[in-house]
Amino acid sequence: MKILTVCGLGQGTSLILKMNVEQALGDMGIRADVEHTDVSTASSMNADYIITSNELAESLQGHKAKIVIVNNYFDMDEINEAVKANIEAS
Amino acid sequence: MKFLEETIIQLNVEVNDAEEAIDAAGQLLLKDQLIQPSYIEAMKQAYKKNGPYFVLAPQIAIPHARPEDGVNEAAVSLVQLKEPISFGHAINDPVRLVFGLGAASSAEHLSLLRKLTSLLNDPQNIEQLLQATTIDEIQKTIGMER
Repeated sequence: MKILTVCGLGQGTSLILKMNVEQALGDMGIRADVEHTDVSTASSMNADYIITSNELAESLQGHKAKIVIVNNYFDMDEINEAVKANIEAS
Repeated sequence: MKFLEETIIQLNVEVNDAEEAIDAAGQLLLKDQLIQPSYIEAMKQAYKKNGPYFVLAPQIAIPHARPEDGVNEAAVSLVQLKEPISFGHAINDPVRLVFGLGAASSAEHLSLLRKLTSLLNDPQNIEQLLQATTIDEIQKTIGMER
């Protein structure tokens, strides 16, 4: 399973999100390859899921991956919930 | 690598808008020669182009640009705003804590982000950073993550 965490530049905030998403996946025992990138690179990448903010989700509409929105990147409860509700172990 | 050291923290800062808030966080990095002036411009440009997505949690913004925009040393500064400022984020506005991130392409960048994430994953730490009135109080809160 491939998951992208996406931000505007692919440098900072997508990396923060990646760390916390990996933590959430690990806690749930879900194995996945998580990569961080910027929004324009993401549109031409293959992935099963894209995790990003509400602000950037709009520009990724039409992507084949399922888009998962996280509003608070530091709220592990929200991230755990988002992973649980949207991502199925494969 | 400089992570929220005394000289790059400023409390009770007055600004008029989001751009001035980004500028304030950038000026702290510039003052200690951690970035070039071009990096502050790039942070503002990124905000104009990509919007306020870097408002990552209620009250918390982490403006940054790319390493090639002029970073001398990986660093994180902090500006605590006197009044909450709107960045135009639908959910996490208004902002009171602005962390200026000097993004480097080195391994130090990853290490800085780990420290910052572990600091901000704890809601109690955020509360303390919001309430702090002295640099000492801030240093105490972040001491554990250093």
